Amino acid sequence: MTGSVSRRQLAVMLGLAPLAGALGAAATPPRKWAEISPRDRIRDRHFPNVELVTQLGEKVRFYDDLIKDKLVVINFMYATCEGVCPKVMHNLGRVQKLLGDRVGRDIFLYSITLKPQLDTPEVLATYAEMHGLGPGWLLLTGAPGDVELLRRRLGFVDPDPEVDRDTSNHIGNVRYGNEPLTRWGSCPGMSDPQWIVESILWLDWPQQERDEKGARS
Amino acid sequence: MPFVSRIDRGKSRSRQIAALNRREIVAARLSRREMAKLGLLTSAGYLVAQHGLSARASGGGPESPPTTPWELPLSIPPVKTPVPTLTPQWTTAPNTAAGEGRTRAHQATGLFPPALLYEVHQRAEQKSVHPDLPLQTLWTFDGHVPGPTYHAYYGQPILVRNVNDLPADNGGFGLPSVSTHLHNGHTPSESDGFPCDFFERGQFYDHHYPNVLAGALSTHPPDGDLNESMSTLWYHDHRVDHTAENVYKGLAGFYLLFNQHDTGDEGTGFRLPSGEFDVPMIFTDRVFDQDTGLLAFDLMNEDGILGDKFLVNGRIQPFFQVKRRRYRFRWLDGGPSRFYQFHLTNPSSLGTVYPFWQISNDGNLLPAPIQVSNVRLSVAERADVIIDFSQFPAGSTIYLENRLEQDDGRGPDGDVLPAGQGNYLLRFDILPDSVTDGSAHPSTQQFYALPSTTATPRVTRTFRFERTNGQWAINGKFFSCNDVRFRVQKNSVERWILQNSSGGWMHPIHIHFEEFQILKSNGSAIPAGSVLKSRKDVMRLEHNHQVELFFRFRDFEGRYPMHCHNTLHEDHAMMLRWDIDATGDTKTNP
Repeated sequence: MTGSVSRRQLAVMLGLAPLAGALGAAATPPRKWAEISPRDRIRDRHFPNVELVTQLGEKVRFYDDLIKDKLVVINFMYATCEGVCPKVMHNLGRVQKLLGDRVGRDIFLYSITLKPQLDTPEVLATYAEMHGLGPGWLLLTGAPGDVELLRRRLGFVDPDPEVDRDTSNHIGNVRYGNEPLTRWGSCPGMSDPQWIVESILWLDWPQQERDEKGARS
Repeated sequence: MPFVSRIDRGKSRSRQIAALNRREIVAARLSRREMAKLGLLTSAGYLVAQHGLSARASGGGPESPPTTPWELPLSIPPVKTPVPTLTPQWTTAPNTAAGEGRTRAHQATGLFPPALLYEVHQRAEQKSVHPDLPLQTLWTFDGHVPGPTYHAYYGQPILVRNVNDLPADNGGFGLPSVSTHLHNGHTPSESDGFPCDFFERGQFYDHHYPNVLAGALSTHPPDGDLNESMSTLWYHDHRVDHTAENVYKGLAGFYLLFNQHDTGDEGTGFRLPSGEFDVPMIFTDRVFDQDTGLLAFDLMNEDGILGDKFLVNGRIQPFFQVKRRRYRFRWLDGGPSRFYQFHLTNPSSLGTVYPFWQISNDGNLLPAPIQVSNVRLSVAERADVIIDFSQFPAGSTIYLENRLEQDDGRGPDGDVLPAGQGNYLLRFDILPDSVTDGSAHPSTQQFYALPSTTATPRVTRTFRFERTNGQWAINGKFFSCNDVRFRVQKNSVERWILQNSSGGWMHPIHIHFEEFQILKSNGSAIPAGSVLKSRKDVMRLEHNHQVELFFRFRDFEGRYPMHCHNTLHEDHAMMLRWDIDATGDTKTNP
């Protein structure tokens, strides 16, 4: 099977009945609209719950274990990258220090490899050690299809397919977001680390809520 | 009845299929092994179908539900009215104790004391964009999208108290922290709506708009240079890093400036169509979720967002009943990322070209009206036009059509579609009533001369607009609130060279505070009779494009930005801060 997956093919493959109201049903009004919370909608669009493996060999689910209820910082890299990665990873090291002990508690950093075949957990463990990554900063690998799905869903894609295929010239942005508050943003990974931290904290919980969470934990 | 571009249809369908497929894969929570079994993954683990699953098939996002065109009349935002008093009263220094978010004192309220006071509240409200879609929770000024229109007058300074009553719950996107920019205002920095002058929920911010001509405190005392008169301004949220989503949610409106020539009365001055015949129109494109019918914003996008629904003044494809006479329309591309080329189209006579008159560029009246067959706008550009509907028979209809093809945030692909194959934005219904027309015929009009550009610049600065590894940059650097990239000496003349070095991308570049004139575009002077022979505040940088701009920075001091007005580029660091002060610097590549 090559080319596009048609609706019918997908339905057969997934064993689903064709969704009513999806295509051709140009809706006889008044239409009944689905009640889906914005948070769930964002999850559905952007956070496939694929299985990934950390540099410690631990298996995690992307949404359930890494994103849900957290303030997260995400980028893509690979261990042998000599282009944009060293600068961005160095900056994230500074970001981790500036955020202090919140990293690993309610703020988490995730660097996902673009070369999952090469970047095994062992390779990533060595990388983490060499670069002095602290707790709360995970390097993640997984099945190539899953990683590619994540890359696309998280928007680390160039609209020019030729540019996009060139992994050595990949997107250097850092994405950050507060999942329960549905607040998201991104900035160049080569920005000043202090600026990256400031940008991340604009999406933070209000002080009062942070105090209450602190009291609970 | 034509309302969807035929050319787009194939791509639309593939985008929609991709979106639905992705949703079902997620819903089914398939593992990689299961996906491989189903043939959705190749043995190497890559997704089988480039377009069937790609999150960005042909630049698309989710596809909106169908809507029937021409269901709603054009909505015209109400005119904002002043209040007798503000509580607490406005103060020169920031009233931090009372909850004002301003951090710097007003520099010009002493010279230009506010004659009128306004109070506006930013708040969430349920709005209908189309009867086929559910009510939308939008962010509004005073409950309106677009916000109320300010009618301001040169020589009459005003102060606007802007209150942030936005909710903590953003409904999926938007940051309830705002900085309201008056686009093209000759405004002291602390009232400009600088991106980093944001204020939070529960706070307010007093903006002082002197409504004074450039040069009032320098080259042309005491009233300023009449030839710097501006007409069509707009205001919009400018919150650093979050402008695109906040404006997408509704935070924008018009601010019109009148004077003794552009009077707002077609019986006087330039005799431009006035009252009900002077209509602002903001064009925006949006996406609505297929399942919930609610406004959808792609949170994982730094390149540009295109919608498949076309709104005028906050409603999808409205109709507008017009009388058989001249109208002044104030067209504004409200973004976030789409460029337009507007034509008048008669579907039953597609070969006929209907010329009209362009009278302004970026809301600044041209030296004289120019007859055109179309108008092209990039994000934040404005054009005032005069259309004479007496040329159309009573009872007929005519469409405003966008014929510029654009598939993604990179900008239009260069193709201008044939008549009838673009997107119909607005339907004009020609009423049978007989009506008088007190406005002047555009061919007889002269407006303002262009200010001289022969002064020698104190400094020439060069700016490269770039993309490296998907990161937007100017001269290789990224935006930060506290990084003052260069300093302009107050009341000096500068020449700025803007270069587009970002490959296949276009950038509408906006410079706050002072208008510019284009000295050269790709090495050539702008020919007489071009609509670019004008005063502007947005420079449309096309592919491999270089322009030289003439500026004169007068009267006020403080911080201002230059940025790309594709708001997705702007939010992701394609912006810089420059300051005006007494001494300035001479950095040539800041």
